Amino acid sequence: MRYSGFKVIKEALTGHKGWTPQWRDPEPQSHYDFVIIGGGGHGLATAYYLAKEFGESRIAVLEKGWIGGGNVGRNTTIIRSNYLLDGNEPFYEFSLKLWEGLEQDFNYNAMVSQRGILNLVHTDAQRDAARRRGNAMILNGSDAELLDVEGVRKLYPFLNFDNARFPIKGGLLHRRGGTVRHDAVAWGYARGADMRGVDIIQNCEVTGFKIEDGTCLGVETTRGYIGAGKVGVSVAGSSSRVMEKAGMRLPMESHVLQAFVSEGLKPVLPGVITYGAGHFYCSQSDKGGLVFGGDIDGYNSYAQRGNMPVIEDVAEGGISLIPALGRVRLLRAWGGIMDMSMDGSPIIDKTHIDGLYFNGGWCYGGFKATPAAGWCFAHLLKTDTPHDTATAYRFDRFRTGHMIDEKGQGAQPNLH
Amino acid sequence: MRIKCPLCGERDRREFYYKGAAIDLARPAPDAGDVAWDDYIHNRENPAGRTKDLWQHEMGCSAWLVVERNTVTHEIYGVELAENVKRGMK
Repeated sequence: MRYSGFKVIKEALTGHKGWTPQWRDPEPQSHYDFVIIGGGGHGLATAYYLAKEFGESRIAVLEKGWIGGGNVGRNTTIIRSNYLLDGNEPFYEFSLKLWEGLEQDFNYNAMVSQRGILNLVHTDAQRDAARRRGNAMILNGSDAELLDVEGVRKLYPFLNFDNARFPIKGGLLHRRGGTVRHDAVAWGYARGADMRGVDIIQNCEVTGFKIEDGTCLGVETTRGYIGAGKVGVSVAGSSSRVMEKAGMRLPMESHVLQAFVSEGLKPVLPGVITYGAGHFYCSQSDKGGLVFGGDIDGYNSYAQRGNMPVIEDVAEGGISLIPALGRVRLLRAWGGIMDMSMDGSPIIDKTHIDGLYFNGGWCYGGFKATPAAGWCFAHLLKTDTPHDTATAYRFDRFRTGHMIDEKGQGAQPNLH
Repeated sequence: MRIKCPLCGERDRREFYYKGAAIDLARPAPDAGDVAWDDYIHNRENPAGRTKDLWQHEMGCSAWLVVERNTVTHEIYGVELAENVKRGMK
C-alpha cells in the first residue's frame, strides 16, 4: 500500500478500515541468499537497498527482539555531514544526500528536518579548527559557514555568551544537518524491505554460525537453522558478542551512552547546538522536549543504563551553555550500547571467513550513517567490493596503521 | 558505581580513571611480531558478563587496580592492586 495525502483523506472518510500492517510476520525459510543479522536501522537499510538497488529478493533480517528496539530507537536523532578526515567525510556526505531523498524514496514520513547544526567555538584555536573542518567539509561537497559571535547571537540570543571562562566566540554552522524521527527510519526501511519480499523475522536470536572449511553456510537461531549464501552482521553494541560466536575478537569495546529528554516546552530551540567547552549537545523534538546528551559513561558496559556522574556532567554543561535550562525538568534518561572502535571509526568489511560480512564499530555515530551504511553494506554483500565512499572502513587498518582517528586519541575506545 | 580501593576503601566512581581491559598486564615480547602486537593493542574480548579491567585511583592514592566486575549488571566482585596481580603472573 502506498501512503499519500489522498490515502489519508480517503481513510478518514471511511472509518480508517483500510490500513494494513506495515510488514508481515513470516516464518523463517530454510535458506536465503542473504541473511542480515540485526533488525536495527543499519540491518533494515541493508536489506532494503539489497532488494531495491541491487535487485535481490531472497533476503531475511533476523532480530533477537523487536525491530528498532536498539540504538535506532535510543539515539538523539541527529543527522550531519561535518567530519574532517578523507576516509570519513565522503561517506557521511553520501549518507546526508540519501537522508535528503529518503522519505520520497521509501514512501514514509520520517520527519527529516534540516534545521541546521551549530558547533560553538570558545577560543581562537577552536575557531581555527572550525575553519579547517569547514573547508574539509566544503571540499567534500558538504556545506559549512563560519559565524562570528553576532551571527550566533542572531540565531540563539539566549546562550551564555559572556561566560568568563568560556565566552562564545562564534560557531561553525552546517545548515543541511538536522534531525529525523528515528523510529520512523526503522519502520520505513522495514516496510520498504518487506514490500520487496524481504522476510523480517523478529524474536529470532542467532546462537551460532555454521562454518565449514572457512566458509559460513548459515546460522543457528532460536527458531532453527537457517542456511545462507551470505551472512551480514549488523548488530551495533552486540558486535563482539555475535562475532565471538564465529571465533573472532574485534577491535572494539562496548560502552554505554546516555541520552535525555526534558518535559515538553514551547518552541525555543530552532536547530541543533553543540557546546565547544564541555560535552553537551541539544535539539528540540517536534513534541517540544529538549533532547540532549553528552559523553559515554567511560567503562565497558552492556547494561543499557548509565550512572550518575555523566548525568551530572551533562546537566552542568547544559546549564553553563543555556542558563535557562536550570528551570527545566528532566523527563527521561536512558542508555544504549555503543560498539566503540579503537580509532572511533566504523568497519564495513568482509571477514576472514568466506560468506561472513561485518558492519559495526559505529561508536556513538551510527544513526546519521544509517542510509549510507545500509547502502554500502548491501554493495559489499552483493559485489564483494567496498562502495567508493567506504573503502577505508577495513578490518586490517589497525594492523597496517591506516586508522581514521578523528580525535587523534589512539587505541583507547573510551576517549573517542 | 562505587569501587573499593584496597588502600583507601570504598570510593565513588568519579575518583577513578578507566583504562580498559586488563590485558595491559600481559604485553607481548618486543620481538613478538606485528600480528601479536596488533592483537594486543587493538583486539578485545569485550565480554557481556564477568570482565577484568584496569582502573587508576587517580584522585586518591594513584594506585593502578584490577577490578573484576560484571558489564551487564555493573556488580563489582573484587579489586586488587595491579602491582600484585602482575607479580602473581610471573
